[in-house]
Amino acid sequence: MIVHDVPAGVPVSDADPFADDVLKEPAPLQAELRDAGPVVFLRRYGAYGLARYEEVHAALTDWQRLQSGAGVGLSNFRYEKPWRPPSLLLEADPPRHDAPRAVLSRILGPRALRRLREAWFADAEALVDEVLAEREFDAVERIARTFPLRVFPDAVGLGPDGRENLLPYGDHAFNAFGPPNHLVEKGEPRVAELSAWVNAQCARERLAPGGFGARIWEAADKGDITHEQAPLVVRSLLTAGVDTTVHGLGAVLYAFAADPGQWRRLREDPSLARVAFDEAVRWQSPVQTFFRTAVGEVEIGGTVIPDGAKVLMFLGAANRDPRRWEDPDVFDLSRDPSAHVGFGMGVHQCVGQHVARLEAEAVLTALARRVERFELAGPPRRHLNNTLRAWESLPMRVHLA
Amino acid sequence: MASEVIGGTVELRVADKRAVADGVVALTLVRPDGRRLPDWAPGAHVDLVLPGGLTRQYSLCGDRWDAYSYRVAVLREPDGRGGSAFIHDELEVGATVGLGGPRNNFRLVPSERYLFVAGGIGITPLLPMVRQAEMLGTDWRLLYGGRSRASMAFLDELEPYGDRVTVVPQDEQGLLDLDAWLPQARPDTKVYCCGPASLLEAVERRCASWPPGLLRTERFVARVRDGARDEPFELVLARSGLTLKVPAGRSVLQALGDAGVGVLSSCRQGLCGTCETAVLEGEPDHRDALLDDAERAAGDCMFVCVSRARSERLVLDL
Repeated sequence: MIVHDVPAGVPVSDADPFADDVLKEPAPLQAELRDAGPVVFLRRYGAYGLARYEEVHAALTDWQRLQSGAGVGLSNFRYEKPWRPPSLLLEADPPRHDAPRAVLSRILGPRALRRLREAWFADAEALVDEVLAEREFDAVERIARTFPLRVFPDAVGLGPDGRENLLPYGDHAFNAFGPPNHLVEKGEPRVAELSAWVNAQCARERLAPGGFGARIWEAADKGDITHEQAPLVVRSLLTAGVDTTVHGLGAVLYAFAADPGQWRRLREDPSLARVAFDEAVRWQSPVQTFFRTAVGEVEIGGTVIPDGAKVLMFLGAANRDPRRWEDPDVFDLSRDPSAHVGFGMGVHQCVGQHVARLEAEAVLTALARRVERFELAGPPRRHLNNTLRAWESLPMRVHLA
Repeated sequence: MASEVIGGTVELRVADKRAVADGVVALTLVRPDGRRLPDWAPGAHVDLVLPGGLTRQYSLCGDRWDAYSYRVAVLREPDGRGGSAFIHDELEVGATVGLGGPRNNFRLVPSERYLFVAGGIGITPLLPMVRQAEMLGTDWRLLYGGRSRASMAFLDELEPYGDRVTVVPQDEQGLLDLDAWLPQARPDTKVYCCGPASLLEAVERRCASWPPGLLRTERFVARVRDGARDEPFELVLARSGLTLKVPAGRSVLQALGDAGVGVLSSCRQGLCGTCETAVLEGEPDHRDALLDDAERAAGDCMFVCVSRARSERLVLDL
């Protein structure tokens, strides 16, 4: 264990937020950190942790003083070389962040997605019909992984081959935001191969006309981004657009299996599908943590964080902060989950959030028509990742309407 | 750090007002509660909703690294319809105005070189662009024309940039020599131009044969849209049959929440688009940062976290 000098007057934690037992069940550490104070020094990593809603929300919006350009993982790009060329979206600050963000938010905006709505709802119906032919199945494998991998790569314009690389690539990218632990090591043997495949898909000639990818290249033709930036913007879609949605869907399906009363509510009022997904994102927070880096001395909650220090924002803890949410550990469709920080907040707020909501809405609407009740048919199993909260397996039995 | 948890329509307080050139005043605007303002990028403008319902658009010309204040500069338009005269003559420090946006139709896109061409008050969106180009280490030049040196705002702030800036007061040197400055399209150079219609037309004529995307303009002549309202209005929810009153200073989202009608939202600043709601009747008063002019004019949707109604009655698909 690396020993860091402890700054005076700040509560200190020796816990490892990236230890297996914490990743498996983060709630106890989250509560401990929230209660310790607005800022906690994480001695093991020499980083400052924020776990309360108010501080996390404020830190997410304060791009001026808490930069992303030095990396949103533990690694500090001021001193360390990143494992891949930094993302133009996630790992860039204004002004460099502006143009790629503007281009992508236009392409993935709610009005741009309207033309996909009908097709995705039909795809979801078809998938649900296939899956429900069996009464027992693994909901992660058959629904949460299958639906995004069916509709999203098509929407991007990817070719048919190699799509199985998307999940392992994303999984490694999100692991790499944490410390170099066994989860990162596990991914390393395939990094070169997976990166090569992903990078190859970002080339213009690989992307079908009319898709998100082709439109990114068209934006480069118009001069809104450069032709050098275009493939990296496509890469952001492929890195961040699949795993996160898969785990969001896993979270909402688990929620309904665990609480049949909530599922009955959704069946009575299917227009709650979008709220259900956001409530699941609040409750399980598929993206649990992100780092920022202090620009100059940054005062938060009475603590002065020195220039260049890493600040770890516990999004999952903020989304369950009882200072902000009533009964935060309960998945509740009567709650207004608005302004949760599961998608982040501010200039880096998830640019694909409307895509994820549309996918979830399609799946939940199709399921609500046919499934009367979900039931866990066996113990669910967690998938461990340094950043993501995920299910590896959700064995389900369904009772049809 | 105070966090933006509640959301709602934003009012700004005039914290400072000063003359920055003949016929030009600069306003510094802050939130009365001292909280952060919505983020913006160079080229962005805001709608200021003046007392009496006039709405005027002004480019932001301050420092985006200052999250707590906006700066705009307002030229007195003798032939205008009263907005600039009101700001010059009546709007005092301490008064409040409504905010829409910021929106950006004039974004600074990446380039190896920039040529900025400003006419008069058209300097305002270009000033933050100049700072950013400098910060990025990009090669840039500014050609800045105006009637006279005394009428040209922000010469003092441009002075440190030395010979990157060429100042051309008309009474000393005549009109901008566009033929010399814009001899031909250069694929590595983007030209950003803002100023009076005559300048924009001359530049557009000069560049008519250029490949698309190299010339970027913003017409500073404000698209006049009267009728913004901060008064209460009636909100009808078509599906549930509810009728609500939205009081002044309270957002539609808050009014819906008060009535127990949930609408999913997220940023609560008109930035993210989560709370988009279909409008069935009535005229929305858009205050978001998302819709372009055509989408705004269509009036078929709105972002209830910030937008209001220009009509007495608004019917939403809720």
